[in-house]
Amino acid sequence: MHSSAEVVVIGGGVNGVAIAYELAKRGCTDVVVLERDYLASGATGRCGAGVRQQWGTEMNLRMSIASVKRFETMNEDLDYDGDIEFKQGGYLLLAYTPAGWEQFQKNVNLQRSFGLGVKLCTPAEAREIVPHLNTEGLLGATFNQTDGHCNPFHVTDAYAQAARRLGVKIYTNTEVLGIRRGGAGEGRIVGVKTTGGYIATPVVVNAAGGWSKDIAAMAGVDIPTYSERHQILVTEPVAPMQGPMVMSFHHHIYCQQTPHGSFIMGLGDAAEKPGYSSRSTWQFAEEMAQKITWLLPPLKGIRVVRQWAGLYNMTPDRTPILGAVPEVPGLFLAVGFSGHGFMLAPMTGVLLAESVLGLPASLPIEKMDLGRFARGELFDEPSVV
Amino acid sequence: MSEQDKDIIVCRCEDLTLADVKRLISKGYRTLDELRRIGRLGMGPCQGKTCRALVQRELQAAGTPLKHQLPGTYRPPTRPITLGSIAAGSSEEASKDAQ
Ligand SMILES: Cc1cc2nc3c(=O)[nH]c(=O)nc-3n(C[C@H](O)[C@H](O)[C@H](O)COP(=O)(O)OP(=O)(O)OC[C@H]3O[C@@H](n4cnc5c(N)ncnc54)[C@H](O)[C@@H]3O)c2cc1C
Repeated sequence: MHSSAEVVVIGGGVNGVAIAYELAKRGCTDVVVLERDYLASGATGRCGAGVRQQWGTEMNLRMSIASVKRFETMNEDLDYDGDIEFKQGGYLLLAYTPAGWEQFQKNVNLQRSFGLGVKLCTPAEAREIVPHLNTEGLLGATFNQTDGHCNPFHVTDAYAQAARRLGVKIYTNTEVLGIRRGGAGEGRIVGVKTTGGYIATPVVVNAAGGWSKDIAAMAGVDIPTYSERHQILVTEPVAPMQGPMVMSFHHHIYCQQTPHGSFIMGLGDAAEKPGYSSRSTWQFAEEMAQKITWLLPPLKGIRVVRQWAGLYNMTPDRTPILGAVPEVPGLFLAVGFSGHGFMLAPMTGVLLAESVLGLPASLPIEKMDLGRFARGELFDEPSVV
Repeated sequence: MSEQDKDIIVCRCEDLTLADVKRLISKGYRTLDELRRIGRLGMGPCQGKTCRALVQRELQAAGTPLKHQLPGTYRPPTRPITLGSIAAGSSEEASKDAQ
């Protein structure tokens, strides 16, 4: 194990490895990634694999649009020997209430101002896009063709392999136990204690997903993130029948057919309490099956092969916290992705690398800093399941 | 890796051959869960009930003795079941409760 590094990244999810790669690509190759289990064992390997740009706030929009550009050429850019399986079958978002529909229209205006070609659809038009959609009660929908799906294991693997080729060291089965600061514990970051030994480092990037609060606490900062279990299931593969992800905020559900042929679907449960459990429940399977067979009736005959759960790392405004922590020189955050951190990972990698290295920022990352909660400059992202 | 490995199916659900398995193991994936996530090995309807033992033997051959191999995760449902039956099963329950 390395005894020192220029930067230590905590967490081997898609964000940790993307950050490490982007650092190395900018010449900072003395980087160590620490992962307690194996790569993508956290939320990344449990996620819905959806990639969406139809957001309702500026930064989510800008980050997701720029990330999609990167997914489009990622196999080549990262010189990947596999395939990240990016499919741009679109996202169809459904509105069932006048307030929901009004919000969608506002979102679409904002989305178009950033160059997205989002369509407003009548229920009949939505049915042209997804012929098996039950349009009962539907007021309208929005559709964006360039949204879609991407394989999270392969994206993580692609970044990890590219990072390793540039000299990044990735230690799996290595847990971070503590973070040391200089100046009687009040100064800058000086090192990280792990199950594999001590690593001296002036910079720590917290990319610990569901455990971001614990890692921040090790560095002596309290951050307003918390974790929440979200459940999901997958079916057997069937012949291609549904291009886009279908998503209803009203029913708190989403459902997409992957390029492999299986359907992945998930459900947000408003009664879920903050916590670290990632057990799956029979109640979820029932509610999910009932809602989805109502919305997409032909799915009745398709068999479920697995269900599981993972953690959303939430923030009070359902928008990630990115960048430096001024009170703790050397500490950087890439946390609180609130259920959409996979699709933003390419830009998270770029922005964190720029921030750590003091380079000009590609996007105004300062708006997403930890300080926004104290300043009261919150985002109000309306479009989260 | 021999030519023959390309004709030996290890994971029947996902159509993976012994050659595929050996290639993934040689890339450094050394646990059942990692192999599943990266290569879909054991990700199909049977969840690896057939291929696990075969893969474990390959992991052993690649230098991870059985006693040091982590057990893979099994997830519900035990057998594939249609969305329609899950939905109908629960509404029967609901109507019983209502009586
Ligand atoms: C059910 C579900 C569905 C989702 N669907 C989508 C979707 O469709 N699209 C989308 O964009 N996002 C989705 N998300 C969210 C997405 O999965 C996450 O935002 C994203 O994967 C976060 O990546 P990460 O690298 O930040 O965190 P993670 O992938 O959670 O990685 C953090 C890692 O840190 C490690 N770690 C923690 N503590 C320590 C320690 N002390 N020492 C060492 N390592 C440690 C963990 O083991 C973990 O591997 C979904 C999430 C869930 C749960």
